[in-house]
Amino acid sequence: MDHPYFPLLILFTLAGAVVLGLLFVAQKVGPKSPNPVKAEPFESGNPPRGDARIRFSVRFYLVAMLFLIFDLEVVFLYPWAILFRQLGLFGLIEMGIFLGILLIGFVYVWKKGALEWD
Amino acid sequence: MDASVILFYVISVLLVLSSLMVVFLRNVVHCALALVVALFLIAILFVMLHAPMVGVLQVLVYAGAIMVLFLFVIMFLNPTASEPRRKLWWGFGSAAALLLAASLAALLSNGEAPADPVTATETFGSPETLAKSLFTDFVLPFEITSVLLLVAIIGAVVLAKREP
Repeated sequence: MDHPYFPLLILFTLAGAVVLGLLFVAQKVGPKSPNPVKAEPFESGNPPRGDARIRFSVRFYLVAMLFLIFDLEVVFLYPWAILFRQLGLFGLIEMGIFLGILLIGFVYVWKKGALEWD
Repeated sequence: MDASVILFYVISVLLVLSSLMVVFLRNVVHCALALVVALFLIAILFVMLHAPMVGVLQVLVYAGAIMVLFLFVIMFLNPTASEPRRKLWWGFGSAAALLLAASLAALLSNGEAPADPVTATETFGSPETLAKSLFTDFVLPFEITSVLLLVAIIGAVVLAKREP
C-alpha cells in the first residue's frame, strides 16, 4: 500500500479497535450489581418527571441551518487559502465578491433578528 | 489480488451492511448512527479515488453538519418506536428497489470495458488542483455558489423565523 493516506486508515482502524476492545473488556470483566437507585439519572437530585424526548423548539433548527450554510462558506476558503499567493489580486477580488454576496445574507439574518433568542 | 482491491471490497461490504442497517433498524437514532458510519466509509472510497479534498468534505459537511440537521428533524418529529408499518409504501419501495436492481444488473452484465480508461494521477483531486480549476476556469460557477448560499440563508430565515 503506497497510497499517501494509507497511514490515516491504519490510525482510524486502530482507534476504532481500541475503543471497541475496551468496551468489550469492560462489559465482560466489569462486575455488575444493578439496583434501581443506581439506574436513576440523578441519584441525589430531583426525581425525573416526564419523558426526555420532548419536542424541541424550531429555533434550534434555524441556528443549525445557519451554521451549516456559513460552514459551507468556510469550506471554499480552504482551497482559496492554499492558492492565495499564486492567485494574487485576482483571487482577492473574486473571494471579495463571494464574501460580499454572503455578507448581504449575514446582514439580512442579523437585521431580521434570527440571531436573537427572544 | 492487489491490496487496494482487497481494501475496496472490505470497505464496500461494510458500506452495504451499514446502509442496510440504516433501512432496517427500528430505532431512528440508531439509523442515524449507521448513516454516519456509511458516510465515513464513502469518504474512505473518495480518498482511495485520489480525491482527498472531497473525502474530507464528506466527513466535515455530511457526517458532521448535515447529520446534526438529521438528528434535529428526528427530535422535532419525535417518532415513537411503535410506528405501524405502512403496507402500501413498503410495496412501492420494494418495487422501486427491484426496478433499480434490474436496470443495474442489465448495465453491469453488459461487461464491456470502457474504450479509453484514464487512470487518475496522484494529484488529480488534491486541494491544489481543485483550487486551481475552481478559482481560474470555474470562477463564474464559484461566484454563483455564493448566490445559492444567499438564497439558502434567506429561505431558512423565512421558513423558520416566526414573526412575533
